[in-house]
Amino acid sequence: MAKEFIARGADLELKQIRKEFPGFVAIDNLDLHVPAGEFFALLGPSGCGKTTTLRLVAGLESPTKGQIYIGGKDVTNTKPHERPVNTVFQSYALFPHMSVLENVAFGLRQRKIDEPLVKAKKALNLVQLAHLADRKPQQLSGGQQQRVALARALVNRPSLLLLDEPLGALDLKLRREMQIELKAIQMEVGLTFLHVTHDQEEAMDMADTVAVMNLGHIEQMGAPEVLYDRPKTVFVSKFLGQSNLLVGDVTSTSANSISIEVGGNKISVPKDRAEKHTGKIAIGFRPEKAIFHTKKPAANSATNVIGAGEIIDIRFTGVSNQYLIEVPNLGNITVFAQNMGQSPVIELGEKVWISWAVEHTFGLSDLPANVEQA
Amino acid sequence: MRFSLGKLALPLYAVIAFIYLLIPILYTFVFSFNDSLKTNLIWRGFTFDKWTNVCQREGVCEAFTNSVFIGLISTIVATALGTAIAIALVRYRFKFRSSINLLLFLPMATPEVVLGAGLASQFFNLGVQKGIWTIIIAHIMFCLSFVVVTVKARVASLDPALEEAGRDLYANPRQVFWKITFPLLLPGVSAAALLSFALSFDDFIITNFNAGADMTFPRYVYTAAARGVPAEANVIGCAVFLLAIFIVLATQINSEVKRKRLAKKH
Amino acid sequence: MAFAAFGSNNSSKPSKPTKTGKVVIALLAPGLAYLGAFFLTPLIALIMVSLQIPDPAGGYAEYVPALEIGNYGYVIAEYLPHILRSFAYALAATVLALLISYPLAYFIGVKARPWPMLQKLMLTLVIAPFFISFLLRTLAWKQLFSNESWIVTTLQDSGLLDQSQYVVGTPFMVIFGLTYNFIPFMTLPLYTSLERLDIRYLEAGSDLYASPAKVFRKVTLPLSMPGIISGTLLTFIPIAGDYVNASGDFLGSSSTAMIGNVIESNYLQINDYPSASALSVLLMGVILVLVSVYVRKSGTEDLL
Repeated sequence: MAKEFIARGADLELKQIRKEFPGFVAIDNLDLHVPAGEFFALLGPSGCGKTTTLRLVAGLESPTKGQIYIGGKDVTNTKPHERPVNTVFQSYALFPHMSVLENVAFGLRQRKIDEPLVKAKKALNLVQLAHLADRKPQQLSGGQQQRVALARALVNRPSLLLLDEPLGALDLKLRREMQIELKAIQMEVGLTFLHVTHDQEEAMDMADTVAVMNLGHIEQMGAPEVLYDRPKTVFVSKFLGQSNLLVGDVTSTSANSISIEVGGNKISVPKDRAEKHTGKIAIGFRPEKAIFHTKKPAANSATNVIGAGEIIDIRFTGVSNQYLIEVPNLGNITVFAQNMGQSPVIELGEKVWISWAVEHTFGLSDLPANVEQA
Repeated sequence: MRFSLGKLALPLYAVIAFIYLLIPILYTFVFSFNDSLKTNLIWRGFTFDKWTNVCQREGVCEAFTNSVFIGLISTIVATALGTAIAIALVRYRFKFRSSINLLLFLPMATPEVVLGAGLASQFFNLGVQKGIWTIIIAHIMFCLSFVVVTVKARVASLDPALEEAGRDLYANPRQVFWKITFPLLLPGVSAAALLSFALSFDDFIITNFNAGADMTFPRYVYTAAARGVPAEANVIGCAVFLLAIFIVLATQINSEVKRKRLAKKH
Repeated sequence: MAFAAFGSNNSSKPSKPTKTGKVVIALLAPGLAYLGAFFLTPLIALIMVSLQIPDPAGGYAEYVPALEIGNYGYVIAEYLPHILRSFAYALAATVLALLISYPLAYFIGVKARPWPMLQKLMLTLVIAPFFISFLLRTLAWKQLFSNESWIVTTLQDSGLLDQSQYVVGTPFMVIFGLTYNFIPFMTLPLYTSLERLDIRYLEAGSDLYASPAKVFRKVTLPLSMPGIISGTLLTFIPIAGDYVNASGDFLGSSSTAMIGNVIESNYLQINDYPSASALSVLLMGVILVLVSVYVRKSGTEDLL
């Protein structure tokens, strides 16, 4: 049934976008390309400019500099009601003085498409809300309103669908359901979705490509697994999942890897996973990739070892135990241990060494803010 | 519940206060049934006559019709101008906001004698003949600020995302206004219009300065006060009162019914 | 929001102001131009007329433009009693209105909160007098207190009043009428302010060992101050300029004439336009001083 709505999804291109507001610059030097038919997530904390980016694409704001192309056409100066783009708003923005059916039919009426009510009914069928067609939006629950907002946008078969944190107001269970539904609809219909969110799990779960935004520009963009496995900046490493970061000067290089010296330990990272190869660099590894040992493990070119440190905190989160280990001259390191059903072998205060595979290490292009820059 | 005199004091006071507020209304109402002759000062007997033959008293109905006509025109113009200003004040950022706020506030704060005398002087200087239209011009002027205040509150509670959704759904700015903004503003605009009409209808001082020989209902009462106000004036006063109370109660009940209906969620 | 009384809906979601430009001008221009033409210009006209002198070559009620500041001196000297009387009456009526309205507003806005329908009903009753012409209301009081009325004869018989004393035409009656007519103006802003009073502040006060009287004095009163201030302004200003209540045809007599009466008689009867205008300008001046003191404290956004 969704196939009836297929229009060809268009690709989106933002070139050198700069957006100024009185008193501050929201976006600068933004380049973005979303291929047609892709589910693209724009991820970042509040204030990073992701909603502004969305509004620029929708036409609700105009860029101070730069161009916007949809399906190859320059739409930078086109008004919102002339762009083949529809938005699902964060607050849903359903018209309270119209019925659900009229809400969905609104866009069709404006474009003078015939049989608007029939088509609107079909869109409501798609989101399984046809039986509420004559209600007013205020009579619907949050989840239902969200689906109406989606139907209202989809019924217009836009080349590009923009979603502004649409799942933020829903409870966890409903959010999970809607994530699955949204993804299913997108794949069936083949539209290009641009999804803005601050929830990194949501972004990684639903998107084909994720772009992490911070302070008005894109820090890193790529498939979720790639971003997670190989973050390139401190911000991305800490925003997507958690990271342990170590800072030191590069002391030696070999054919395939570079090593830094930190707190008396030699840490190696493969060259093809390091952004910088000389000078003072920050390297990191994910807590779930590390294991700890009660006895110092044997040296090994494939493994990084640090220690010894003292366990200062243990947290039980159901799925795993999270250990916080204080290593002298290195700081606090977090290690996740999957809860395999055995009682914890380690207790507070114990001295442990931490190791992880060199190939799981990543080298970043910048340094953490609280460190003296090289 | 312990019966304490202290707890009873405030409600009792409220009852007394309400009686005090309503005494003149009762008096006017009662005396509208007085079988009076030219003046309505002494009770002579009960009759429905004045209600059924209201227009027999010369001048009363004419004054009433004038007041209604003036009220309608002033309301329409003041509401249109005021709504536009209210939208601008809430939705847009611009310089001179404070000056404009001040300019809009001043007519509400200026005593009616000053407003009336000022306008009358102006008309005099321009050589304009005083009449119905000078009254209308005066009424629009002082109703404007009240409209702005009333509509402003409504505009402020209107989610801008709704209009953005309209633009996103292919409505051009004009369509957005008429299909989305205006229907949602209507309650506030209606309230402003009602307020404006009430102010215009009841206005005396400003009207007195700017009317020629034309009579509005308040002017009629004022000029008749020296000789004695006829009972027919009471009739009109009470009729307007009942109508106003009816409108207020009807809108309250209507919104209460709507609220109950919408509260049925699924 | 001090002056947004009159039952306006005070739940404002902050809406982001967007762009300036032609739209703003189109929205603002007609209304502001109207005010400019029919409010500001008349005020300027008033000032101009107040400085005029009788046309030496003209007849009765003809004046020529001049810069006769002496008009102000004349007016102040001649009508000082009326000016002082107006402000005295206005002050008395305002204070009385405040004393009468505050408990009422407190009852409706605080005590009656559990019953919103009752609140709305009571507010309607407070505004109800507005719906009947204020001239008719004032006349009703005049009749009720007239020389032959039941009230006055009872008072005379009981000895509270001399046989020759009357009520209508006295300052008491004028102030009574003024107070009555402007109670809604005082009650509504007070109500708006008290309605938003968080009961938990009062509970905190009692929890901290304050007696009810102290709680009122130290918590309720200060927190309702915005309502008191706007109510006071909204009452004092119109009362100062009123002339219906004090008019001989209604509740007053020639000995209770206020500024409004003087302006009216000078303008419409004696045709002494310069004097009338000078008095108007003076009255306006005092008002502006009061408003500016208020604005300095709260800014102009609160005005509307």
